[in-house]
Amino acid sequence: MTEQKPRSHTIDMSSILGEQRQSQTPNETCIKVENLNLFYGKKQALHGVNMEMYRKKVTAYIGPSGCGKSTLLRCINRMNDLVDHVTIEGQILLDNENIYDKSVKVAELRRRVGMVFQKPNPFPKTIFENVTYGLRIQGINDKRLLEETVEKSLRGAALWDEVKDRLQDNALGLSGGQQQRLVIARAIAIEPEVLLLDEPASALDPISTLKIEELINELKEKYTIVIVTHNMQQAARVSDYTAFMYMGELIEIGTTSELFTNPTKKQTEDYITGRYG
Amino acid sequence: MMKLWFKSGSPWIWLNAAAVSTCLIMVVAVLSLVFVRGVGNFWPAQVTQFSYQEEGKPLSIIIGEKVDTSITPAIMAKSTGHKMTDDEDTLVQYLVKVGNRDVTGADFRWIEERNVKEQSDPESMIVIERREWGNFYGQLLEVKENGKTVAKGDQAMPELQTRLDAALVVFDKIKQLEKKEIGAINYGLERLRLKQKKLQLENRWDSDAEKQFAADKAEYDAQYQSHQAELAALYKEIRRDSLVAKTESGTEIKIPLAKIVKVYQPNAMNIFDKIGFFCHKVFEFLTDEPREANTEGGIFPAIFGTVMMVIIMSIIVTPFGVIAAVYLREYAKQGFTTQLIRIAVNNLAGVPSIVYGVFGLGFFVYILGGNIDALFFPESSPAPVYGTPGLLWASLTLALLTLPVVIVSTEEGLARIPKSIREGSLALGATKIETLWRTVLPMASPAMMTGLILAVARAAGEVAPLMLVGVVKLAPTLPLDGNFPFLHLDRKFMHLGFHIYDVGFQSPNVEAARPLVYATALLLVLVIIVLNLTAIIIRNRLREKYRALEG
Repeated sequence: MTEQKPRSHTIDMSSILGEQRQSQTPNETCIKVENLNLFYGKKQALHGVNMEMYRKKVTAYIGPSGCGKSTLLRCINRMNDLVDHVTIEGQILLDNENIYDKSVKVAELRRRVGMVFQKPNPFPKTIFENVTYGLRIQGINDKRLLEETVEKSLRGAALWDEVKDRLQDNALGLSGGQQQRLVIARAIAIEPEVLLLDEPASALDPISTLKIEELINELKEKYTIVIVTHNMQQAARVSDYTAFMYMGELIEIGTTSELFTNPTKKQTEDYITGRYG
Repeated sequence: MMKLWFKSGSPWIWLNAAAVSTCLIMVVAVLSLVFVRGVGNFWPAQVTQFSYQEEGKPLSIIIGEKVDTSITPAIMAKSTGHKMTDDEDTLVQYLVKVGNRDVTGADFRWIEERNVKEQSDPESMIVIERREWGNFYGQLLEVKENGKTVAKGDQAMPELQTRLDAALVVFDKIKQLEKKEIGAINYGLERLRLKQKKLQLENRWDSDAEKQFAADKAEYDAQYQSHQAELAALYKEIRRDSLVAKTESGTEIKIPLAKIVKVYQPNAMNIFDKIGFFCHKVFEFLTDEPREANTEGGIFPAIFGTVMMVIIMSIIVTPFGVIAAVYLREYAKQGFTTQLIRIAVNNLAGVPSIVYGVFGLGFFVYILGGNIDALFFPESSPAPVYGTPGLLWASLTLALLTLPVVIVSTEEGLARIPKSIREGSLALGATKIETLWRTVLPMASPAMMTGLILAVARAAGEVAPLMLVGVVKLAPTLPLDGNFPFLHLDRKFMHLGFHIYDVGFQSPNVEAARPLVYATALLLVLVIIVLNLTAIIIRNRLREKYRALEG
């Protein structure tokens, strides 16, 4: 991007931040990343990342494309294991347990750390089957329990009222925003501790985006949320903490209001004022 | 001007259009030729009476169906030894199906149009479809019961029809008895014999077993005796009536009703009678067994054998192909070896089918089958059970032949499933196998069906390898019947493709069988279409259900 004057939104940032409800609960570490290095083949994608994420808070990762924020996010539920030729050094502690320890079962880890992807990816099944997918994997087939969970999860994802009459319809018939909320419902149906959101609103229209953001605000009552976003306003609106990443390195992490209003690093300031990115 | 036209691209459009239409025209031409020739055979043809006099010979009568006309230019006719006068430009010849092979020695005869003095289609002409000696053409004289005349002249035809209907019912009863009841007894006796031999081989043949054996055998024998008596009565009944008819040359011949399938007067039929007759013939063709070295009758066993083989092949090839593809695409480490395997699989599709036949004979029949016999059926030796060509080996050979198609299309199907779907499933705590089983495989099922469709299309039309591993000209029994264990995978079977070859080229009476070749070919095409359509409908249902994510 060419050099340009600070976008107007940086001015609005304070007003957005002002509205933010700062929760009063004390910060308790949920996820701790220690000296994380990640290589794709010989190319290093993450350089010695150290950070903490707090329970029932929203942490946002911002940074330019290719800075490694999605890679870091996908380390938290070991999605990067699926990629060939990946080497990971260092450790990530979830509730003080290293998730890269040999004794950890990946499937169980992923039950505790749910994930929502950039593009809605509902299965080509009914809405009901989509939401109950994770439960059925765990061998839960009790119809009453499944129905309860479906209602609870869909309500939790603010989708219940829109789809309650057509639970047996194919999920691919929903709109993009509805699909994304369905995917969130699917993720919270198995009651994870942590919810990873990988640019959950980037493929959606503004109204759907707004709904997702409201949803995130509600979800943080129950879940620890980590969100990757391109959109700085969004980070400012939804997160309690923000991490700025650049070229595979964690440049700065702090409370969202501090990072946006008073960044300590020059690179952070340049980015949030739109000098590059 | 020309240059502009070339530049505009329209010559290429025309060229493409021409290529497409050529293909279409050829397909339509093949189908309509086969259809007309094949189906025409079932329509009752007029029986014509020719007054025929060759030069220097006395006038004779020829009765038969005009089958074909050939027109030869005079010069050509002369060179083949026909005497031609100067005012004749062409020689017109008719091919007449005169039937009465028992009298004349041949079913067909060429006659020259110029020697035909008179021709007519008298209504009284009858055609008799016989179980031996082919068709009879001529005039009905009388109907006899135990050698005494019961009807003559005009009364003969209605009397004949009623008696023939009765005789056909008896004939069906006889066939039922011989094939089903007595067939079951024979099968039981054979099993009993094998059991005896097995016990003897295992040194367990003692007085108890012998007693049991004798009792079982006595029961079968008693059953057989009672059936035998019943059969004798039926045979007596069916042999009672006969008819006398006159051939073109005036010879009177006596035909027992037991030997007759059908009697009709095509010249006296109106259009509705003919349509009825036509439908009846088609039905007969589809449901009857062949007669007279396959040149007459139906082809039901061949249809049955073909469908059966294709179904068994599908049951074998689908799981194998899918498992192989899943391993190659999902589990195997992608690299040189997998690439090599892929190339090998693709090349397998290009191996000539007869090679598969030889492999099937050598490996499946002799090695596998031989060992199965040695291990499980020592009592029936030296007669082989599985160590001889049969339905199972034919299906396995074709499964091998079509395996590459299934593997390739399943792999393509798996590759097309978006990564996001797999990740979505894995992110919910599913393991790889759960993801495969619950999401990936169902979504890839349309691709598997596509593979199966291609496999079926290839397998149903394949003949060469089958000749080595299980197809025969005439199978006495179907591979599926009422005798335990009902499905007899070791049996030889008939196949439409081989039937075409056999009837068309190995038949003692090629001219008579030719329409059957067309009809069988048409049926083979229809069977393949039906099998394919079924698979296509299933695939489209699946596609609708697992419509992949758009974009």
